[in-house]
Amino acid sequence: MRRRALLAAAAALAAPAALATEPSEILTDPALEVRARAIGRTLRCVVCQNQAIDDSTAEVARDMRRAVRERLVAGDSDPAVYAFMVARYGDYVLLKPPFKAGTWALWLGAPAVLAVAAVALFVAARRRARSPAPAAPVLSDAERQRVASLLASGRDPAPER
Amino acid sequence: MSTRWLYLLPLATLGIVAGFFAWSLTSDRNPASIGSALVGRPAPTLNAAPLREGETAVTDASLRGRPVVVNFFASWCAPCQLEHPILMRLAEREGATVVGIAYKNKPADALAFLKRLGDPYKHAGLDPDGKIAIDWGLSGVPETYVIDARGIVRLHFRGPISERDVKDSILPALKAGS
Repeated sequence: MRRRALLAAAAALAAPAALATEPSEILTDPALEVRARAIGRTLRCVVCQNQAIDDSTAEVARDMRRAVRERLVAGDSDPAVYAFMVARYGDYVLLKPPFKAGTWALWLGAPAVLAVAAVALFVAARRRARSPAPAAPVLSDAERQRVASLLASGRDPAPER
Repeated sequence: MSTRWLYLLPLATLGIVAGFFAWSLTSDRNPASIGSALVGRPAPTLNAAPLREGETAVTDASLRGRPVVVNFFASWCAPCQLEHPILMRLAEREGATVVGIAYKNKPADALAFLKRLGDPYKHAGLDPDGKIAIDWGLSGVPETYVIDARGIVRLHFRGPISERDVKDSILPALKAGS
């Protein structure tokens, strides 16, 4: 029994991010407590916009932590616990949105933009490498004479149209 | 090939962002709304100790057979007080069956609240530690559900209901659900 309590204390210390979990909530089974912490870090508190239930001191977050632990003690697997919460609060309760028809743009949008940019850069670089460097412009005889006269006169050139 | 069109890219990006902002500001979208996962599905099981002495527990049987309104409330909750006259009218004038669950409320406090403002509840139960609330996907009080005669959740309001909710959604749902 004493060994169990020590293990539970070790489990509590091993998860320093769970600031809001109160000592009275911690399960005596350290393995279950570790699973409860892992789940609690990925479930969203429903009244705090973007905080995990493990980090929130909101009352409803505490009630949700307790519900997670009750499901685990009752023998539920992790997916069953998530299913329990999603059935009641919807996908909103998951901090990591699931990959499905409504969210594929969210998941694939940024990588797709990155891929398009990479291809465009690659194509542009290759095109530049293949096209020969433009030959240095050559002055005609008339232009050469004009340059010489301007240099000799020391005046600013009149703008040519 | 001319690449001059590329200079329009920043402008196009600005256009997309401005369009999104304009839509966010003008549409009815509420970014704080978390919706409800229960609508269209069977109501979660209910088994609440009675609030009023001498009554039986509020169970699934209390909900079946006719459409009902289930309302989670608490005497300490100001918006609950705000919506209370609407629940009273719903029960008295419209003849709706309203079931109340006192959320994290001492029975004496909840009873005093009902004595002061009127008691619209045909059945009234207690959820002293918020366990029933989690089972019902509650995020706070007040929240109100409409459940049809077969026990399917038809509406779920988070926050106080208004006269408009009653006229536009609750009454039609009660009529359709019988």
